[in-house]
Amino acid sequence: MLDFEITEHKDTRSGFGVGLLEIAKADENVVGLCADLTGSLKMNAFQDAFPHRFFQAGIAEANMMGVAAGMANAGKIPFAGTFANFATGRVYDQIRQSIAYSKKNVKIAASHSGLTLGEDGATHQILEDIGLMKMLPNMTVICTADFNQTKAATIAAAKHNGPVYLRFGRPSMPNFTPADQNFVIGKANLIHEGSDVTIVCTGHLVWESVLAAQKLRDQGINAEVLNIHTIKPLDEEAVLKSVAKTGCVVSAEEHMINGGLGESISGLLARNNPAPQEFVAVNDTFGESGTPAELLVKYGLDSSNIVDACKKVISRK
Amino acid sequence: MDKEGLKKFSSQVRRDIIRMVSAVQSGHPGGSLGCTDFFVALYSNIMKHDPKNFKMDGNGEDIFFLSNGHISPVWYSTLARSGYFEVSELATFRKINTRLQGHPSVDKNLPGIRMASGSLGQGLSVGCGAAQAKKLNNDPNLIYTLHGDGELQEGQIWEAAMYAAHQKIDNIIATVDYNGRQIDGDLDDVLSLGDLRAKWEAFGWKVLEMDGHDFDSILSTMEKAKGMTGNGTPIVILMKTEMGQGVDFMMGTHKWHGSPPNADQTANALSQLEETLGDY
Repeated sequence: MLDFEITEHKDTRSGFGVGLLEIAKADENVVGLCADLTGSLKMNAFQDAFPHRFFQAGIAEANMMGVAAGMANAGKIPFAGTFANFATGRVYDQIRQSIAYSKKNVKIAASHSGLTLGEDGATHQILEDIGLMKMLPNMTVICTADFNQTKAATIAAAKHNGPVYLRFGRPSMPNFTPADQNFVIGKANLIHEGSDVTIVCTGHLVWESVLAAQKLRDQGINAEVLNIHTIKPLDEEAVLKSVAKTGCVVSAEEHMINGGLGESISGLLARNNPAPQEFVAVNDTFGESGTPAELLVKYGLDSSNIVDACKKVISRK
Repeated sequence: MDKEGLKKFSSQVRRDIIRMVSAVQSGHPGGSLGCTDFFVALYSNIMKHDPKNFKMDGNGEDIFFLSNGHISPVWYSTLARSGYFEVSELATFRKINTRLQGHPSVDKNLPGIRMASGSLGQGLSVGCGAAQAKKLNNDPNLIYTLHGDGELQEGQIWEAAMYAAHQKIDNIIATVDYNGRQIDGDLDDVLSLGDLRAKWEAFGWKVLEMDGHDFDSILSTMEKAKGMTGNGTPIVILMKTEMGQGVDFMMGTHKWHGSPPNADQTANALSQLEETLGDY
């Protein structure tokens, strides 16, 4: 389906906050940690409801990850929240040794990912985090499309036994996926069936891909849109099935080309069914200050870029 | 275990350490020998634990985390000789397909190990989390951690130190192997810790000191530390040790931090350590 009736705009981080509160009510083992960004992560409601299960770590992310690992060892389900930059690059070795290698059931809640946190600029706009996290054995990597999906993913992550990297963001955007969706980790969502080109997309660029598919439809091109909310483990079957039908693929993500979803897709296709691919992603550069919309345009990540990439890849078939 | 028993246990563990690192010509004998008496006392007399029924979550028992994972030989030997796994498995140390990885890991399912360590500075944070989980679970048992003194150069240690005091984590007893040496030389030459007692006190910890080669000192200090738990303040013990303790040519230098003895040196070392419980 491409014609969504959008009744509200919301941020994905608020989906995390609502989901965390809901699963915390259902499971007393859920605990929350945050590194001085409780408001930004929308963890206040959880903190207010369960003050004894909330742990303020201060601006000390490395320690927070270790504390979370220690809690997980005793059967707790810690959600450790901070900005995506500080939840990955800053603490990579702590995650690697104490969480991933040690197989601790920690959920890393990473907000303000990608370019669309906007005006703070490149120091805070991590575009490498998907790559960093997907390279870690034992790590599940989730990147959600909107408020409803982030809420559902948060609950699913809590129920999943094992380390999870949950990536979401700051900007308000259309809330278009179903409120009652059944979020299955590792299972792609087919948003729209098409036959001319497959758009595999994740995070905020799922909505841009929907807009792109609408524009393409108006031009007589029928695009299939696959929301890859779980980058690892990748739903290989869904991608291969779709590309077998369409014969070409565009990957769209708010991330570097290097290490991103697109490279996961390329590797999958190279091993199974090579097909032309175009990448809508950031090409080996840092971001900068600006509004989210301006940044998506400047860095080539908006729906018109996806349209262009689709036309180009179709011409390469 | 009485003091004679502890001494015999220690002598055998020191033999195991020498034989393990010698067999694969790799590993870290210096700090392992220096911490042997601590490990033996901890596992024999101090901790409440159940070697025959190892549970990863450690709920209902005391938990130990080794933060300076490179001294794995002393841990593996102590664990095996406490009954966590067969002593014969010590022969597999650092060999392909072993559960006794160069640095401790959990992915090979070796009983007694709950957290990978080796990349330094992480164990105090883990211990703090485990201690807070015990509080959440109304589990009155304690968390013990061990750290190298060189490891205290890692910033994360001080993040955890600040956190523990702020959060009033009073069910953790951290111990520092204060031997004054690290790979590149004397600690005071590499990066001095300054007044270490004052640092911990300034971070809000209760500080005890003990002689890591005197069982009377270890046992009385550890008991004293236990008695100080539950009072709103984390506890750290500065344990004076000698790197290479028990093998004369390995003492008084940093050079045996991560170097194995050759055949002659191994024979010399073993001649100084009585076989008390039977070699593996």
